[in-house]
Amino acid sequence: MAAFHVQVRVMPRATLLDPQGQAVEHALGALGFAGVKAVRVGRALTLTVDAATAADAHAQATDMCRRLLANPVTEDFEVVVGAAP
Amino acid sequence: MIRVAVIRFPGSNCDEDTLRAAARAGATAYYVWHRDTDLDQADVVMLPGGFAYGDYLRAGAIARFSPVMAAVTEHARAGGAVLGICNGFQILCEAGLLPGALMRNAGLQFLSRPVDVRVERTDTPFTCAYAAGTIIRVPIAHGEGRYVATDDTLRALEAEGRVVLRYVGENPNGSAADIAGITNAERTVVGMMPHPERAADPLLGGAPGAGVFASVLHCLPTLQGGSA
Repeated sequence: MAAFHVQVRVMPRATLLDPQGQAVEHALGALGFAGVKAVRVGRALTLTVDAATAADAHAQATDMCRRLLANPVTEDFEVVVGAAP
Repeated sequence: MIRVAVIRFPGSNCDEDTLRAAARAGATAYYVWHRDTDLDQADVVMLPGGFAYGDYLRAGAIARFSPVMAAVTEHARAGGAVLGICNGFQILCEAGLLPGALMRNAGLQFLSRPVDVRVERTDTPFTCAYAAGTIIRVPIAHGEGRYVATDDTLRALEAEGRVVLRYVGENPNGSAADIAGITNAERTVVGMMPHPERAADPLLGGAPGAGVFASVLHCLPTLQGGSA
């Protein structure tokens, strides 16, 4: 077993309205950042997962996303497993 | 006598109003703590509004893992009546007892004010005391009330007449098809964003929401085939 650093990124589904992203985009425009488009706000989680292999850590984190970390109706997720320390 | 269990989560804040509205309608209403696993022979379960578990991660996401939710799910699966109000609606969606999800209001702001909703369906245990098409003015108080669902789910909700409440005049949160409340296929589980329990006492300026609680008393025995 090794402890793997896992990063989980949860984002609102692209087809759904993301009012938070829109508000941030407006604020960036007000600050003078011209040409910023398609801002979306999601959630990032970092976990340490004990697993035999990186693939196992990935599978565990994916299961966590399906069952808790992401809402299957409104969000998409991405799992990145870092090297064991 | 109809027994109504009002579930209390850490962070519930409409539990007392909900209990009072159910009792006022004539039910035997009592609290069940989220750690309990026994609903004490409830005929009806009500999940009140609030911010269960601080709404961490997503509204309702943690609450659905409460010990009591296994009993609520069992009650619902057995055909028992369940009402989720506001945060309770969010919990029912997260628990998979109702389809879809509730997202951040389109205007981003937390909204606390009266809205007009039309009672679209009267064939549920929580709306049968209303005349179909009745428009009632009830308060909303939510930051995440924008109902969303897949196109297939929305089509099914409309085709099967499962949209129970719809905003009229103005849609406060940008919900799909102006949806304010829905029911499951069996019409026993209902979720709604408005707070009927906050408009159920004439002393507070009218009781248009009282019908939700009166419905339980008037129609549940009939819907249960007289067994209650």
